[in-house]
Amino acid sequence: MSISECTDKPLDLSPVAAMVADRAPFSEGDVIDALQDMQTRYGYLPRAAMDEMARLSGVPVARLYGVATFYSQFHLQPHGRHAVRVCRGTACHVRGAAGILSAISRHLGIEDGDTTPDMQFSIESVACLGTCFLAPVMLVDDQYYGNLTSDKAVATLKRIQARDGAPNAAAQPAAQKGSAPCPP
Amino acid sequence: MVRLTLDGRTIEARSGQTILEAALANGMDIPRLCHDPRLIPSGACRLCQVHVGGTEREPVLACCTAVTEGATVVTESPELASRRRAILELLLSEHRMSCATCDADGDCALQDLAYRYGATEWAYGTFQHTEPAILNYTSENRGIEYDVEKCIRCGRCVRFCDEVQGACALTFDGRGITMKVNTAHGRALHQSDCELCGGCIRLCPTGAMREKTARGMGRLKDLTKVQTTCTYCGVGCTFELNVNPRLNRVVRVTTQPGMGINDGNLCVKGHFAFDFIHSPERLRKPLIREHGAFREASWEEAIEKAGRALVAARDRYGPEGLAFLSSSRCTNEENYLMQKLARAAGRTNNIDQCATTCHAPTVAGLALSLGSGAMTNSISEIKHVQTLFVIGANPTEAHPIVGLEMKKAMRNGARLIVCDPRDTWMAKHAHLHIKHRHGTDNMLINAMMHHILARGLHDRPFVADRCEQFEALRENVRSYTPELAAEVCGVEAGLIRRAAEWYAAGTPSAIFYTLGITEHTCGTENVQNLANLAMLCGQIGKESSGINPIRGQNNVQGACDVGAIHSVLPGYQKVADAAVRAAFAKAWGVELPTHPGGRVTDFLEKAGEGVLKAFYVFGEDPVLSEPNQARVVENLKKLDFLVVQEIFMSETAMLADVVLPATCFAEKDGTFTNTERRVQRVRKAVEPPGEARQDWRILCDMSTAMGYPMSYGHPSEIWDELASLTPSLAGISYTRIDKMGLQWPCPTPDHPGTAFLHQGRFTRGKGLMHAIAFRPPAEQPDADYPFVLSTGRTLYHYNIGNMTRKTAPIAQKQNANFVEMHDADAERLGIVDGGAVRVTTRRGSISVRARVSGKVRPGALWMPFHFAESSTNRLTHDAFDNITRTAEYKCCAATIEPDGHPDAPTGEPPR
Ligand code: SF4
Ligand code: SF4
Ligand code: SF4
Ligand code: FES
Ligand code: FES
Repeated sequence: MSISECTDKPLDLSPVAAMVADRAPFSEGDVIDALQDMQTRYGYLPRAAMDEMARLSGVPVARLYGVATFYSQFHLQPHGRHAVRVCRGTACHVRGAAGILSAISRHLGIEDGDTTPDMQFSIESVACLGTCFLAPVMLVDDQYYGNLTSDKAVATLKRIQARDGAPNAAAQPAAQKGSAPCPP
Repeated sequence: MVRLTLDGRTIEARSGQTILEAALANGMDIPRLCHDPRLIPSGACRLCQVHVGGTEREPVLACCTAVTEGATVVTESPELASRRRAILELLLSEHRMSCATCDADGDCALQDLAYRYGATEWAYGTFQHTEPAILNYTSENRGIEYDVEKCIRCGRCVRFCDEVQGACALTFDGRGITMKVNTAHGRALHQSDCELCGGCIRLCPTGAMREKTARGMGRLKDLTKVQTTCTYCGVGCTFELNVNPRLNRVVRVTTQPGMGINDGNLCVKGHFAFDFIHSPERLRKPLIREHGAFREASWEEAIEKAGRALVAARDRYGPEGLAFLSSSRCTNEENYLMQKLARAAGRTNNIDQCATTCHAPTVAGLALSLGSGAMTNSISEIKHVQTLFVIGANPTEAHPIVGLEMKKAMRNGARLIVCDPRDTWMAKHAHLHIKHRHGTDNMLINAMMHHILARGLHDRPFVADRCEQFEALRENVRSYTPELAAEVCGVEAGLIRRAAEWYAAGTPSAIFYTLGITEHTCGTENVQNLANLAMLCGQIGKESSGINPIRGQNNVQGACDVGAIHSVLPGYQKVADAAVRAAFAKAWGVELPTHPGGRVTDFLEKAGEGVLKAFYVFGEDPVLSEPNQARVVENLKKLDFLVVQEIFMSETAMLADVVLPATCFAEKDGTFTNTERRVQRVRKAVEPPGEARQDWRILCDMSTAMGYPMSYGHPSEIWDELASLTPSLAGISYTRIDKMGLQWPCPTPDHPGTAFLHQGRFTRGKGLMHAIAFRPPAEQPDADYPFVLSTGRTLYHYNIGNMTRKTAPIAQKQNANFVEMHDADAERLGIVDGGAVRVTTRRGSISVRARVSGKVRPGALWMPFHFAESSTNRLTHDAFDNITRTAEYKCCAATIEPDGHPDAPTGEPPR
């Protein structure tokens, strides 16, 4: 179960109605597009929102889920507002990508693939970002940062944190994959 | 037609057929893993590659390529063999090869093809097994087990669940090498949309999807397959019981594509609900009541005692002193013997079976209107219907295979009109849903006919040539305007008009109904009025067009056909007709009784009045299935003697003086007749438990003990006697129905059977129209009982549940009674979804859990009747149809309140 569903506050499902209604009559062909809307709205595809979309549109939830898992662009877990993609391709690897990843992990207090509890950052390691000449590289949202060192990477994140005015995420306890204390 | 050569053989194919379909139709085989004739070809496995027009050409997929005139197809070549080997080796490299311990060993298409092409499992590196096995959506399920390490990702399960079953519980999760079958969000299967139809198992070509319950119970070579007919509903699906003779046990159920009218498809009951056969609760020895308790007895003693009591009642009190309740769950042969026993040995016409509880209004109503009380079309005609008019029926749950055929019709572009007070699956998917108030069907139908006549949409030539009493009908419906109906039925007039127009215009339209029409005090009138509608529009007597009651119990059609009804002998030949009586008297060598006889509801009343003294109940449990339970028990207790022939100690058997242990469908030979009048074989697969005896033998023994000796060597001899006395069945014999059943009327041995009735002429000559006035239900809601309660069936259970509830995966899915109510009512009364509630009527009160949704109308309640421990029939009303004495199960006044009692049921209601 996703992190946001563990909080007391239930997810606001009201926006889903419009996602379906805007595409009336909703057909199978609208699924990808509608899921994209959902991801934009919630930052990921919450289970309850997918159930709701299935209920309102008549498209079986298994089909929504099949589409959602087929395309790597969709996330079934909540994602931070900032996606930090650290390249682990060959070029970056030989130039120390592993060190960068662990520095970022340490700074944010989360593992690769996870999201900070305040939902500010997610880390995701990826294969080649296609900018090997800048290796080692990370991509934060749609901004590339190249020729990185561990310090430069952490400084970049700190700058974003300062800009957002958020507390230092590292001070918060780490959320770990699979250990969310949710009832099934 | 297209001609082509396939491996040097010239074959004919339908144009549009694929090469693979043409090959299979001609008995030729092409290797394949992802194909199934019921599915849209997906081209996923690429094993069916063949050469078209020369082996040097790039191969094409036989399952996705249409035949062309004059094509030469080659299905085997060194090139194809090496391609196939490579594909198989790739699959094997991701497959946990464990044939030695796999339940699918010998029954696995992957194994067969690997063997055939000499594919090795190490060519692309060997498979790394994950220990412990990964948990998945079936880990907690008690019926189905998915093993991702044996899955070849052919997609047959996913596509079946979606394209055929329409449940869409399954999907592929992810892609590439990590792709796996899953439910949405990996939810546990029993909490998903799964309907437990078992289709994913039946279609899986490997051991990846299997019955958990069959694990270790035998592989193909340990099992014997016995083809037989399902015992759970009027559809009459064909399947194979897989028996392990060493264990004398049914291990699993299988089918083949194309098998039976069900095309190899089944619902949960057919696929899973056979555990009852081997239940320790089965009766094994005859029981005799002595000093208030049962003791075991020998067959001789039990039969002697019962026979003597029945004869005593007969001789002392005459034909009204005893009665026989036959069983629409049992075979035609047994029903024939039971009515023969009643009439020849008991000298009474007091013979009935559960049709009175359900479809007697159909038999009576359609016989009056058309001359023959059965479904007029065939199940296979449904997919070509263009306008489906479904009223008071819930086919996806009560007759799931009919539901599948309707889904096919809808995929073929049919329009669906559903009239139902409840949001059934069909209602939710309907193009037009009339959610009318309970018991207002005649108002609705009259208004539809009013509109059809006002617009001149009726079939004038049909009405003129083939019907009588049209003027009376026209006169009657004049006052039933759509506006009036809108008010009484609680729906918009526009909907009623549109339904009428669509139905009248359909080319063709067909009506389907079940107990929502019959279980009313005006049940027979409802049926007659639907017949009116069909005749008015000329939507009857054609292929895919007619009026179709879908019969409930597996052999309720047959039980009626063979004369287990007070007023008719086999083939609906009237007892009142002296010539008919004479023919039977000659064959049976005794005079036949002439008194009118009664129905089960009469029997119970007469027992209460002290008129009926001895009662023989065979394979029915009236205590649970008849309305107003408390009164039923009281009445039965007044009998001098009660004999019950049963497979379990039922609630009725508890009251008996003698209990006779009977056999179930898997333990005997015989025939069932399904809802489309098709007589199908039932075959013995296992030995009965203990001393339980074949029912036809028990009936013979009893008759002999009563002084009218009967004896047969095999049920086929009983059938032959029946057929010789019944013109509509005369052409049917066991030899002719060995593989596939035949539909009556089938008067001669060379007659092919009759797919649809009333072509060119109604059975009674002209169709008789009836002027039907709207009459409201007997019991109206009032201040004390403000709700309308109706009862019905769910997908998962059969009747009183004593067979289906013994199956673990079914119990996991649905194991307790519940009541559906509307959100608004629940909120007003402080009732929450899943909360305990007490439902009370003037007859009784029970506590169940609430299922709160918009499925029923405000002011309405709905409950199933499958759960003995909180029997819904403690609540139902013993008000009856004026003609057939069928009870009004669909409408009784009730009240509901939260139940604070500590013993009240808790938790989430089952889905
Ligand atoms: S699924 Fe088939 S190939 Fe795989 S282990 Fe079982 S029998 Fe062998
Ligand atoms: S049992 Fe039937 S409904 Fe359930 S997942 Fe399998 S195919 Fe789908
Ligand atoms: S479970 Fe069976 S049917 Fe389903 S994809 Fe895997 S191999 Fe095919
Ligand atoms: S390897 Fe990192 S950008 Fe190409
Ligand atoms: S059978 Fe044709 S691709 Fe699988």
